[in-house]
Amino acid sequence: MSTLEVRHLVKDFKLKKGKLRAVNDVSFTLEPGKTIAVVGESGSGKSTVARMIAQLETPTRGEILLDGAPIGRRGRAMAEYRHQVQMVFQDPFASLNPYHSVAHHLERPLKIHGVAKGAAVTPAVHELLERVNLTPAEVFAAKQPHEMSGGQRQRVAIARALAPGARFVIADEPVSMLDVSIRLDVLNLLARLQREEHLGVLYITHDLATARHFSDEILVMYRGDVVERGPSDDVILDPQHEYTKTLLAAAPDPARHGRLRDEVRAELAAAS
Amino acid sequence: MTVTSTPTAPLTSPAHDEYLAGLEPVLTARDVSIEYEVTPPVHAVKHASLTLHRGEILGLAGESGCGKTTLAYGLNRLLKPPAILRTGDVTFHDADGSDIDVVGLTGDSLRAFRWDKVSMVFQGAMNSLNPVISVRSQLHDVMTTHRPQMTKSEREDRAAELLRLVGVDPVRLDSFAHELSGGMRQRVMIAMAMALNPQVMIMDEPTTALDVVVQRGILREIMRLRERFNFAVVFITHDLPMLLEISDRIAVMRAGEIVEIDTAESIYLRAQHPYTKKLLSSFPSLTGERGSFVRGDARPTGAEGEES
Repeated sequence: MSTLEVRHLVKDFKLKKGKLRAVNDVSFTLEPGKTIAVVGESGSGKSTVARMIAQLETPTRGEILLDGAPIGRRGRAMAEYRHQVQMVFQDPFASLNPYHSVAHHLERPLKIHGVAKGAAVTPAVHELLERVNLTPAEVFAAKQPHEMSGGQRQRVAIARALAPGARFVIADEPVSMLDVSIRLDVLNLLARLQREEHLGVLYITHDLATARHFSDEILVMYRGDVVERGPSDDVILDPQHEYTKTLLAAAPDPARHGRLRDEVRAELAAAS
Repeated sequence: MTVTSTPTAPLTSPAHDEYLAGLEPVLTARDVSIEYEVTPPVHAVKHASLTLHRGEILGLAGESGCGKTTLAYGLNRLLKPPAILRTGDVTFHDADGSDIDVVGLTGDSLRAFRWDKVSMVFQGAMNSLNPVISVRSQLHDVMTTHRPQMTKSEREDRAAELLRLVGVDPVRLDSFAHELSGGMRQRVMIAMAMALNPQVMIMDEPTTALDVVVQRGILREIMRLRERFNFAVVFITHDLPMLLEISDRIAVMRAGEIVEIDTAESIYLRAQHPYTKKLLSSFPSLTGERGSFVRGDARPTGAEGEES
């Protein structure tokens, strides 16, 4: 079975004084059809993990294995790796080129990875657009990024990631820039594509609720360390580590309406 | 009554009227319509009416582009062209019993009103501090403008006191914006908004860019300060679960209209408008059921729901 495995990943960034260990000994295995969520706050190292897997950063130590073999870091081997592992970025307003049409964004990966060529390219583009619910495909193919909403752009970004026929998708906060009412649509879309394609997904997020419902396993990162990991329901419903508990307590919970005011009042009454 | 007769009055409930009984209004907006004079004109706010009461937190929820920030700017007279207030009036009921017609204010009277009576914590407040002057100068600036009679040492004392109120060490007075973390910058912005003891604070997405743990700290701080100083807050955000937790009442806006206004409890338990229900279901519950979220073999109930 194909797997994407990271072993003892470490990343140090050089600072003016000394260094910062952004990621400290992170290991996990991504399998087809499985989603792993990495949650944590800004600066926890979760995006650095994603960037190392996408080969946008080089690990200081540790290895990344695709199907058990160390991944190619240059040339044809790297192209082959990118064929298998693709990334969806956080900001759909920045990740599409404003000068090019949607069709161009999807044609490039199709051609580069040899998925389609010649007359087969345009139908392949349309098929991709249909798969991400951007229909009629001919209309969307001709659009420029600025003619679309954030949710539509993110769908294009997802289609682009699928274009090479990737088996693993690294999604770095794929919905945090989108309006709330379309977030679930995009996540549901990703989940459907995952089922259809049997994709392995690494879902990087700070949103614990979607992490729980969208993933099989959750890794909680804090300052570079994985402080807790396990099946998603276990981590969210029965957190063991102090930091996970803090994170959970801080997440808004509408069922607690009014309670914060009572707490604050009690606190002030106790202090006076 | 909060809801005046607008073309389509927002949905509400008896519990809401009950809640309002005996509350003292501090800011009343009636039939406010705001337009952006571009071609074609954009009707950003359509006949919105709401009343804010002393000491309450009123949540204003809705998605990007629904007009919530525009409405807030209208309440505070911060609209600038091409935005224009087409109809409606905004009345501020001062603590001393006098009423101020906010729409009619001009020049010095407007300058004296803003920040003193109604202050604002802006969207992206993280980047609203002046990067080239210290926190001290920025806090002093507010006071020299609005309280020219204060002596330098009084201003200094007040600046330190304000920082302590929002939970920032007064040694930070010498800091510049880039030396502070996001959460601290946000706290400084809140301190600045509180500098003149306003009766109303408008907070536009004050915690959106912050991490949940930091956000929680700031929300607590706002709640605590509200208890102590009894100012009213208009809290604008798209994060409905957060609003439900902190607000007394919530107004839901869509496409420039307030479609539903009710107590937080009623919105959570008995939302009436389909759009409010949709917003509520957009947030999967952390500990409960998965709502409209679909994964694996679960049957679809959500919008995406076209399964193979």
